[in-house]
Amino acid sequence: MTTVMDQPKTGLPVTPPGETAPSRTRRVVVDDGHPALLVEHVSKRFMVGRKRKPVVAINDVTMRIPRGEIYGVLGANGSGKSTLIRLVSTLLTLDSGRVEVFGHDIAREEMAVKRLINRVSVDAAFFKKLSPHENLTYAARLYGMDARQAKREAIRILARLGIGDKRLGRPLEQMSRGMQQKVAIARALLTAPTLLLMDEPTTGLDPRSKLDVQTFIEELRDTHDATIVLTTHDLDEADRLCDRIAIINDGRIVAEGTPEALKARVAEEYGQSPTLESVFMTFTGRSLDDDLNEDKENEDE
Amino acid sequence: MTLMARELRASYAFVERNFNLSKRYWGWEIAWLVYSVAGALAVSLIGKDQHNEKLLVVLVIGTIFWNYLSLVFEFIAETVQWERWEGTLEYTMMAPVRRYSQLLGSAFYAIAYGLVHTTFILAILWLFFQLDLSRANFGTAIVFMLLGSFSFVGLGMATAVLPLMYVERGAQMAFVLQSVLLLISGVYYSIDVLPGWMQVLSHISPATYVLDGVRKGLIDGSGVGPLVGDVWPLALMGVVLIPTGIWIFGIAERYAKRTGKLKRVG
Ligand SMILES: Nc1ncnc2c1ncn2[C@@H]1O[C@H](COP(=O)(O)OP(=O)(O)OP(=O)(O)O)[C@@H](O)[C@H]1O
Ligand SMILES: [Mg+2]
Repeated sequence: MTTVMDQPKTGLPVTPPGETAPSRTRRVVVDDGHPALLVEHVSKRFMVGRKRKPVVAINDVTMRIPRGEIYGVLGANGSGKSTLIRLVSTLLTLDSGRVEVFGHDIAREEMAVKRLINRVSVDAAFFKKLSPHENLTYAARLYGMDARQAKREAIRILARLGIGDKRLGRPLEQMSRGMQQKVAIARALLTAPTLLLMDEPTTGLDPRSKLDVQTFIEELRDTHDATIVLTTHDLDEADRLCDRIAIINDGRIVAEGTPEALKARVAEEYGQSPTLESVFMTFTGRSLDDDLNEDKENEDE
Repeated sequence: MTLMARELRASYAFVERNFNLSKRYWGWEIAWLVYSVAGALAVSLIGKDQHNEKLLVVLVIGTIFWNYLSLVFEFIAETVQWERWEGTLEYTMMAPVRRYSQLLGSAFYAIAYGLVHTTFILAILWLFFQLDLSRANFGTAIVFMLLGSFSFVGLGMATAVLPLMYVERGAQMAFVLQSVLLLISGVYYSIDVLPGWMQVLSHISPATYVLDGVRKGLIDGSGVGPLVGDVWPLALMGVVLIPTGIWIFGIAERYAKRTGKLKRVG
């Protein structure tokens, strides 16, 4: 059994890699061989449109993510990445299969799972008239944290992401999308999730903000034992950050492995150049232009 | 942290968040107050026009306390709609918070907000009409407001889910329920004037008992004790409606998670 104990929390760690930090996070997960995330034969269908045509968004997906790993999910628009993230976030129920977070079954122990995860979505989901500070306080309280401590922590994380504390009191709607996304990341990290689900966290960010976020994720990997599932359309980002990558196409995982292994595989088996781009093109069987058309079709849900 | 403390903290999250929202949308709050005062005056002036002091007081009380009940009801009933519009619905739904904690926080804020609002409107109407409230028993009025709130919170919770099930049109259903309650609850007139079958419905509307109790408290100065005939149906409805509301909410939440109706974009 994985035991989750409550500890006085200090939010995110400042401990150097390799050191054990007793007061590091709110929860100390005693590892006993459970993977951070276990997804087994999961499927999810939606009925769309007036004719209630079934769309298989996730089709018999299985994956096992050990703790501490950054796991990338790549796929074209509409391939099922967000659906997969939502299934793990308890925002959708499974049609079939099983999901476990640190050994907790997502259906039977929903509350325990909710405490261990957090999600950064593509759109920064905030009360736009509230300030970052007010939004983050709300989040902190929802997750049972001390608000004052949370505020200190938020200031630290946001400073790290290049947002000064002067901005924290003004309504969020006055911030650019990139800044909002950084606040969303800070919010997710604030609750010290042991499984962090990031759905395109850097989409729409300028190159510098993107770099800030990527560097921060790397830092997290090195200093914090959070496990991260990351979806992205940025192949360089995936290459840089992810320990392993899954390519998802039409709801199925069609390839999985370390970036190096995947690149080597397309080079050997398909005679392609050893880049993630060839990996993506090979396994999704389409070019990025096709995805745009696909995107249009998806809009009339 | 004990479970209880954690849940209370989560409840407080909703109180504080809603307070912050009221603060940030202050322009809207003022507009709402002006709207409520104008509406209350407009209805009450009918009593003045008829030179009927009793009618005037009946209308003042009806309009103010109906306003209170609507406020509590709408506040709860619009939570899903509101969060969907803000885009925070998924975030709130995936937080490790039990629905009754969420409801506790929302209801607490709705009631506190309603009480402040109502006091303000009552004060204005009192000044405007120079009402004689010397005999009024405000304690009775408050007891009935609080008791009635439970039922309306329960009804609100059951209504809140409509936008989860009918993404586009769900919210309108709340208006339908509200207008029916307004019709049958004796807000501006005695329920005796209604046809028999409507009077039957009147007796299952919590608003009927709230208004009756408040009127007896404020006009006749009655204490709560003699009004037990109004108290017990209200208490019973609260005890039934709140768990029912949470139960319906739970069903709708599971439905939304099965069919993918929580999401808005992305
Ligand atoms: N709530 C929903 N209701 C109906 N259909 C849905 C819902 N969510 C997803 N789908 C469908 O499931 C499929 C997968 O969608 P999903 O959003 O998971 O794709 P994605 O890989 O995240 O795409 P993108 O790269 O555009 O974000 C699509 O066909 C989509 O239309
Ligand atoms: Mg997506």
